[in-house]
Amino acid sequence: MGLLDRLDNPYNFGGIILGTLEDLLNWGRSKSDWYLHFGLACCAIEFMAANASHFDFMRFGTIPRASPRQADFMIVSGTVTLKMAERIVRLYEQMADPKYVLSMGSCANCGGPYWEHGYHVLKGVDRIIPVDVYIPGCPPRPEAFLEGMILLQSKINKQEIFKKRKRLEEEMKNMNQ
Amino acid sequence: MTQQEIYNILKEKFGDEIIEFSHELPSDPYIVANRSKIDEICLFLRDEENLNFDYLVILSGMDYIEKLGVVYHLYSIKHKHRLTIKVFLSKDDPHIPTVEKIWRSADWHEREAWDMYGIIFDGHHNLIRILCPYDWEGFPLRKDYKTPEEYHGIKVPY
Repeated sequence: MGLLDRLDNPYNFGGIILGTLEDLLNWGRSKSDWYLHFGLACCAIEFMAANASHFDFMRFGTIPRASPRQADFMIVSGTVTLKMAERIVRLYEQMADPKYVLSMGSCANCGGPYWEHGYHVLKGVDRIIPVDVYIPGCPPRPEAFLEGMILLQSKINKQEIFKKRKRLEEEMKNMNQ
Repeated sequence: MTQQEIYNILKEKFGDEIIEFSHELPSDPYIVANRSKIDEICLFLRDEENLNFDYLVILSGMDYIEKLGVVYHLYSIKHKHRLTIKVFLSKDDPHIPTVEKIWRSADWHEREAWDMYGIIFDGHHNLIRILCPYDWEGFPLRKDYKTPEEYHGIKVPY
């Protein structure tokens, strides 16, 4: 994936690896993602299972952080009430860039079972903060959660840092033609 | 002690304050009391030696559409008997004396009944919302409650 795969034989030339800075940064970001976690509902229980030894979430290079200032991505696991929504916005704004959001479970995705009569439930956390990966399920199995993490990592690996503006300009040109 | 015996004791002591005793199946037997002296009734139930209701299991609010209600579920750990008291309130004047000083656990239960049904517990030391945000409007568990369109600029309906 990414940096190491591009080279045919990376370890044979005196420890020198050739690659782009973009790949290096993306590699660092995707493989040491620290997360801000707050359990909001039953999804948090499933998340605890993902964290325990059977599923071993930390093999993705993640470490739970209690402070948003040390976290790279945020896991919204469970029902977001309107009371909590404002706190989530504040926590999201306290995180340093680059930051990502994993929305876990039906409630965080779209309101879940509270979509009609939940007067106090936010119908989808994407109404207040941008979401990178949605994990469906009520609650999702730990395997689904791990798949979401793999998706997030592959998304980070595809990030463009220097070429982005150029590419977007070209795309706009093509669209206009 | 059976509920009937407890009712007889209360009726003798408080007279008109105790309105009726209902023991129709399938519901548990319950006593309907007047709201004005509910704190004295509760204190008597707790402190009387052969009643000794030292545990308030739950205090809940009710909405019967035309009226509101408060339900007290009591239990005596010593005598192992239980009792249900219902108090009905009009929607225009939902005041009732607090029992917070009698059972400490009533504090949060009364705050919840206030939060969800708008029942005002006179004499409560800190009657503020407990579940909803402090600036929430309306009482969500009332039958005529309408879900707000937005809260602090966030759209609420799906």
